[in-house]
Amino acid sequence: MTNMFLGLESWTLARPELFLAGVTALLLLYGVLRGETSAAFVSAATVVGLLATAALLFLPYREGTAFASLFITDRLTTTMKALVLIGSAVAVLMSRAYFEHVKAWRFEYPLLVALATLGMMLMISANDLMALYVGLELQSLALYVVAAFQRDTVRSTEAGLKYFVLGSVASGMLLFGASLIYGFVGGTAFVQISQALLGGKSGEIGTVIGLVFVVAGLAFKISAVPFHMWTPDVYEGAPTPVTALFAAAPKIAAISLTVSVLMGPFKPLFAQWQQIVVVVSILSMGWGAFAALRQQNIKRLMAYSSIGNVGYVLLGLAAGSEKGIQSVVFYLAIYMVMTLGVFAIILMMKRKDIMVETVGDLTGLGRSHPMMALAMLVFMFSLAGIPPLAGFWGKLYIFIAAVEAKLYWPAVLGVLASVVASYYYLRIVKVMYFDEGTETLDQPTFGATRAIAFVAALLVAVFSLAPQPLSLVAAAAAKGLFP
Amino acid sequence: MASWPILSVVTFLPLVGALFCLVVNGPKEAVDRNCRSAALITSLATFVISLILWVRFDPTKAGFQFEEKLAWVPALNIGYHMGIDGISLFFVLLSTLLTPICILSSWEAVQTRVKEYMIAFLVLETFMVGMFCALDLALFYVFFEGVLVPMFLIIGVWGGHRRVYAAFKFFLYTLLGSVLMLLAIIAIYWQIGTTDLPTAFEKLNLPFQWQFWLWLAFFASFAVKVPMWPVHTWLPDAHVEAPTAGSVILAGVLLKMGGYGFLRLSIPLLPEATQYFAPMIFGLSVVAVIYTSLVALVQEDMKKLIAYSSVAHMGFVTIGIYVMNVQGVQGGIFQMLSHGIVSAALFLCVGVVYDRMHTREISAYGGLVHRMPRYAFVFMFFTLASVGLPGLSGFVGEFLVLVGTFKANTWVAFLAATGMILGAAYALWLYRKIIFGELTKDTLKAILDMSPREVAVFLPLVLIVLWMGIYPNSFLDPMAASVDKLIGDYNAALKLARTAALP
Repeated sequence: MTNMFLGLESWTLARPELFLAGVTALLLLYGVLRGETSAAFVSAATVVGLLATAALLFLPYREGTAFASLFITDRLTTTMKALVLIGSAVAVLMSRAYFEHVKAWRFEYPLLVALATLGMMLMISANDLMALYVGLELQSLALYVVAAFQRDTVRSTEAGLKYFVLGSVASGMLLFGASLIYGFVGGTAFVQISQALLGGKSGEIGTVIGLVFVVAGLAFKISAVPFHMWTPDVYEGAPTPVTALFAAAPKIAAISLTVSVLMGPFKPLFAQWQQIVVVVSILSMGWGAFAALRQQNIKRLMAYSSIGNVGYVLLGLAAGSEKGIQSVVFYLAIYMVMTLGVFAIILMMKRKDIMVETVGDLTGLGRSHPMMALAMLVFMFSLAGIPPLAGFWGKLYIFIAAVEAKLYWPAVLGVLASVVASYYYLRIVKVMYFDEGTETLDQPTFGATRAIAFVAALLVAVFSLAPQPLSLVAAAAAKGLFP
Repeated sequence: MASWPILSVVTFLPLVGALFCLVVNGPKEAVDRNCRSAALITSLATFVISLILWVRFDPTKAGFQFEEKLAWVPALNIGYHMGIDGISLFFVLLSTLLTPICILSSWEAVQTRVKEYMIAFLVLETFMVGMFCALDLALFYVFFEGVLVPMFLIIGVWGGHRRVYAAFKFFLYTLLGSVLMLLAIIAIYWQIGTTDLPTAFEKLNLPFQWQFWLWLAFFASFAVKVPMWPVHTWLPDAHVEAPTAGSVILAGVLLKMGGYGFLRLSIPLLPEATQYFAPMIFGLSVVAVIYTSLVALVQEDMKKLIAYSSVAHMGFVTIGIYVMNVQGVQGGIFQMLSHGIVSAALFLCVGVVYDRMHTREISAYGGLVHRMPRYAFVFMFFTLASVGLPGLSGFVGEFLVLVGTFKANTWVAFLAATGMILGAAYALWLYRKIIFGELTKDTLKAILDMSPREVAVFLPLVLIVLWMGIYPNSFLDPMAASVDKLIGDYNAALKLARTAALP
């Protein structure tokens, strides 16, 4: 234990995380010294820093465990980290114009996002329940603050507070579950848990209860029904770029964490947790579809959409097979692109220089902003899973995994939920194309946001026609769990 | 076989026109003009190239021709596999023929968002042709579902008063059916490890219990598309609200996707379930033929009447397909082709007067023969073709279906034949109401006869209907070998299953 932090191997394996931590600390110093005027530089530097961290993951690619097995990197964690880093970078890139517009443009914002991202990377790489908890809390604490970042508006403050209170409950549940498991297994390291469960501890009721609490805490973080209640309020109340971040990065990190916890130490309890995950998945797909039908606020609608999408991801996880994990990675990558694209478009919704965010505000967009509407159309049909768009391939992958794992009824309910969900995606298309608007939105001026929407639409198109490269990435990532 | 990928060219050429329309810029009139011309030229070029298929098609071969095979998503063993046989050949031609006709028919009728309209039609053409050429289950599904997107927009943007309702109903109804088919496709993929269709024909051998469920899943999709009673209710709404050209494609091609799906997937992949469910198909089809014919009799809206008549005519098709003998299947396919042309033409006929009067109420018309002799002739011609007058295309299909059905089940044949009589009743009633009688309505006094452009739209359809009616062998011969193979394989599979079941 004494040389835990001295082995050079540990430091090289955690190189990207250390780099990001260093960059964040330096930028924090710079920001404090230069004051408010430094926001533009800090923001740009954070984006570069996040992308450089992503590059470091692969230059060169390393795998193994570090810090006395608290920390692990393999193909799955590396892929997930890359997704999270890109998601965070894009979210920061989109935020500048928004915060300048609402006069809340401060250098702390990009740094908090960077810290949250660091937390996400640590939790993805966690190989011990304690390391997991520390990473999760670093992420959560930073995110509580950014949710309330627009601190002079009631909605944002409320969102931050709600997120904090409910998020703490979830963390508490997770910690309680972890302590139960520690008590019955005698350790917190994933390897220890796995060995103990294989060695006959799996039948003990305490371990199963602990597992249930851990799963509940994780379900909270990924906003799966029935632990989703915070999501619509926080999505709606938080500043839009923050919502974009929530929908992309932390979600992917938390799902990755869920995957590695359930498929790693708790693999011996597969039969137990599969039931829970299947039920949670069906509830999420169903509730995400039905509750969104009548939403007027587009951010709230996207919150329910994300709940539904988590349901599909969990169906892939419930398969518990290599193909299931592939489908999870594949789906998440496509989901991130689509959701960032949608939020880029939401960020462009301004009328008479005021940000608007109801579905009705998109009325007549097909006529007034043909390209923006076309991009939104692509995202909507893709989210609805209509072929040949990318979202279809994601769902196909998931359902293949589910059918192969003999989860017939969940698969049937899943496709039926996707039909219900397609209604609200279509409603947005209807508003944009079928309805005639009297008041149109302002012409978008946000450079970066516009570029992001364009690139996201382009990526969806590429994934639609050529899903093969992405499926190779997913297959390689799944090898991390199935060596 | 072909030195160049002719099927891919036919499938994706329309997208080139769509891309041109997407990037073209300038003042509205110029853009509209350019888009119209570009769409017409591309769709005509596509049609001409698709004719090469017919010329080069070898009618003696039963298997697939013009095959193209590329790896698409090797990770999932999904391939880009295209090819046609005698069954799909004419559906490809039907799609490529009707698209330029649609574009020509909306030349003046569509004045708003011309650019988007043309793009939607060209994309639609790609999906339709691709669906009939696809020889990979996943590819098939992609095209099959992709059709929904442009059609949703066509109904919703350029449709009538209740267009939003109709567009949603169309989309959700058909999507609900299709997603179940997706699960069936996944189940087949799981069994054989690939989505390649010819491989599936060879290798797939499912126990009856599996066939039972998969057949129902396919049925959910295709029955909605055909549409079969009682899941036909989306069709009248979609037809009534869609713009003329949208109705033409709906009736002409989209409904055929259901029948084609039965022929291409349900029957060869799931023979035992096909045999098991055939009586159910007969029952539903007979109800469709008689019930929807009666419903058609009381319609007040021209388009709705023709929509119900489509359901009835497609009832013949499903009967013919499921009797599984040469006459029945050939008749079913021929009836689909004939209905594709005739109902498309009838919707165009409605469109002609709708463009002038902006109403589809039957009671708003009467005595048009006095002002519009050319129109009266064309309408008469297609009404009689729809009724099944010998010498026109409708007769051949219905006759073959009835002959085939008579061999299999006389009661079904008897009941279906009564449907023909009802069909004559509503079609002739519609014709008398609109064309004959005194010209009493003031609004109609100044109505003009068909313009040269409209004549150009109808002329090819008139000639084809005559051709199909007088010399049907041009169409029946190329499909004969493939139909024989379909029936032969089906009977062989059933025999195998029977011997396997013996102790």
